[in-house]
Amino acid sequence: MSDDAALTLRATGGRAPDVFRPGGWVPMREYRDDEAVDFVIVGTGAGGGTLACKLAEHGFSVVALDAGPYWRPLEDFASDEAHQAKLYWSDERIVDGDNPLQLGSNNSGRSVGGSTVHFAMVSLRFRPEWFKARTKLGYGADWPVDWREIWTYYREVEQALKISGPINYPWGPHRPRYPYRAHELNGPALVLARGAEALGIDWSPTPIATLSAPRGLAHPCVYRGMCVIGCSTNAKQSVLVTWLPRALATGAEIRDLAMVGRIEHDAAGRATGVAYHRAGRWRFQRARNVVVAGYAIETPRLLLNSATDRFPDGLANSSGLVGRNLTVQSNQAVWGIVQEEVRPYKGPPSLALTEHWNYTDTGKDFFGGYCYMSQGLLPMVAGGLQAKRGLWGQRLLDAMENYNHQVGLKIVGECLPQERNCVTLSDERDALGLRIPRVTYSYCDNDKRLIAHALVFMRRALAAAGGRDIWDETDDTAHMHGTARMGDDSATSVVNGDCRSWDIPNLWICDGSVFPTVGGVNPSLTIQALACRTADRIKALAARGEL
Amino acid sequence: MGERYPGYDVLNKRHTPSWNEQTRKVVDERLAIDPERYTFCTEDEWLTLKAVCSRIVPQPGRRRLQAPLAAMIDRKLQEGVGDGYREARLPPADEAWRRGLRAFDAEANARHGCVFHLLLDAERDALLAAVQQGAAHDPAWGDMPPALFFAKRLLHDIVGAYYSHPVAWNEIGFGGPASPRGYVRLALDRRDPWEAAEAHSGEEEAARRDNARVG
Repeated sequence: MSDDAALTLRATGGRAPDVFRPGGWVPMREYRDDEAVDFVIVGTGAGGGTLACKLAEHGFSVVALDAGPYWRPLEDFASDEAHQAKLYWSDERIVDGDNPLQLGSNNSGRSVGGSTVHFAMVSLRFRPEWFKARTKLGYGADWPVDWREIWTYYREVEQALKISGPINYPWGPHRPRYPYRAHELNGPALVLARGAEALGIDWSPTPIATLSAPRGLAHPCVYRGMCVIGCSTNAKQSVLVTWLPRALATGAEIRDLAMVGRIEHDAAGRATGVAYHRAGRWRFQRARNVVVAGYAIETPRLLLNSATDRFPDGLANSSGLVGRNLTVQSNQAVWGIVQEEVRPYKGPPSLALTEHWNYTDTGKDFFGGYCYMSQGLLPMVAGGLQAKRGLWGQRLLDAMENYNHQVGLKIVGECLPQERNCVTLSDERDALGLRIPRVTYSYCDNDKRLIAHALVFMRRALAAAGGRDIWDETDDTAHMHGTARMGDDSATSVVNGDCRSWDIPNLWICDGSVFPTVGGVNPSLTIQALACRTADRIKALAARGEL
Repeated sequence: MGERYPGYDVLNKRHTPSWNEQTRKVVDERLAIDPERYTFCTEDEWLTLKAVCSRIVPQPGRRRLQAPLAAMIDRKLQEGVGDGYREARLPPADEAWRRGLRAFDAEANARHGCVFHLLLDAERDALLAAVQQGAAHDPAWGDMPPALFFAKRLLHDIVGAYYSHPVAWNEIGFGGPASPRGYVRLALDRRDPWEAAEAHSGEEEAARRDNARVG
């Protein structure tokens, strides 16, 4: 065992951790703070990590900063839910609104590689119409990009992550077969399939970012089932083990345990670099371009915390929309028990899904769509679920005795963007003196109708699959978007279709914050596809002298 | 009801390919927690915390190993590692717990004339249920909503601590740590030989035999 990554810099001294070898290192190019690099990127998750790789491969000089540690999963990850909480963003955030969000283990990662280090690996494409939701479907806002272009980038990302999935996907336009074969279905997935078939709707093995065959030094998934607390075998194709090794190999520098507190600008209003805290002191990295990729809470927090006399409402905020339109996805579930042993701790948690209600527009009393997936779970989460039902004492223990027969169907549902849902700055400050975020969330009536529809339908599906003692989990959400939305009009968006700030031309945003609408699928594949597109757009703009 | 997984002990897998060194280390640390050691709580708070934990998760007394829930909560509060969010209507975790524990004593005093840990089990349960339903109004709660504290802090923390402990894994038949070996049999009603065997009516001894071989 080597040093503790949470306390000790690892990406320093001309080398970075080799994530494929315990104790191993790979060489890393380094830049001086006073050397203006082409791009400094704040955050190394699905957006920033992917972009760092692509920009470096396009020949730009890149420094990517992350507040989290640089793990080597093979040596740093234990098979233990409580211990692995070290992967989550545990700094205090205040939540309010009618439906206060659960953060921490839900969504936010604090690691090099971001929350992809503990994501559930579900890798779905958006339905084409969602990119023009306002025009084609009558709600939300249009994206300033064409779906065909994004679908081309989906293919690049699916190849980069060796997504395992079915040969034929039941919904939407034709797509190429997935690079790796689908995984065997686990117990919860088989129950989902049984329910869907009983109700006469399509289902599919989930396209998922964990290996079903060897790849380089990584072994196939061993169905350990601890995906959402960090994969200790490297089967999971997180940003940490895919894009970042490529980024390092092509000359990007990654700085771990580096918390960015402020973006600076010059008298002309152009960004000049970022102030960041690392190894006990504040430093400043100069850069020709700054990319913010901190996800939908930290991105607006940084822009708002960077306010100056010239930009008193925060950077990139002439529209007033930085931090507004925070849009999550509803993540309600039905749970029940079945006669057979399910053993919901085995295999990736969501190995089967149906997108029926994403692609069916009739029979709905709401805008938007949802998919639902089979859901496995580990004991602490299972106990937490029963606690959320209000169970304690002997009733809790009795309910938990059925753990190995428990199965869930869980939605990823489309919430509608609302300006009142927002990230603002609280008056409280963190240990570095930075104002902490206040996250305000309330469902709208449409969100509630979607959730009600999903719960009724999934109850039918679970009952048809042999489920009994079914109960609803009514208050969970997943993923976060929208707090720096993209658009065609500088009055109603924060960035344009290239993810470039309307106000500060050398400031870019590359994460889920830019989504104007969220669809009914997990966002990571789309965040990575957008990052690939942004890198190509930057390359094209640079070639024309328009950076 | 008898045990669902008779004779299953996840710790018997400690030296199998399902556990690696990293995992042994963190589970060993949890098992080594002294159930009577506290540093965050005052003595009064500690007695109340232990009494609350004993009713939220009533662990069978016959068990040799018990999850030291109160000590686990105390330790987490002492370390100050948060969850990453807090409801605006709740104070930070350490303050919420102190205020909540004192409020339990205040409520107990008002209703029964003694502190919480001196109540009978049934009285403790009734008071816990009252707090869960928001039917608690002692000034000791201050502006902290009792029902919210109960749901988002008390239950969340105690139940989470319990299911992080191997005794709970045994009780529910969880396979436990699984790196590097993982699992092979994924289908319904299929059990790897290193997983807990469930007792079916009349066949408890067969399950006990299988569980003795888990490793």
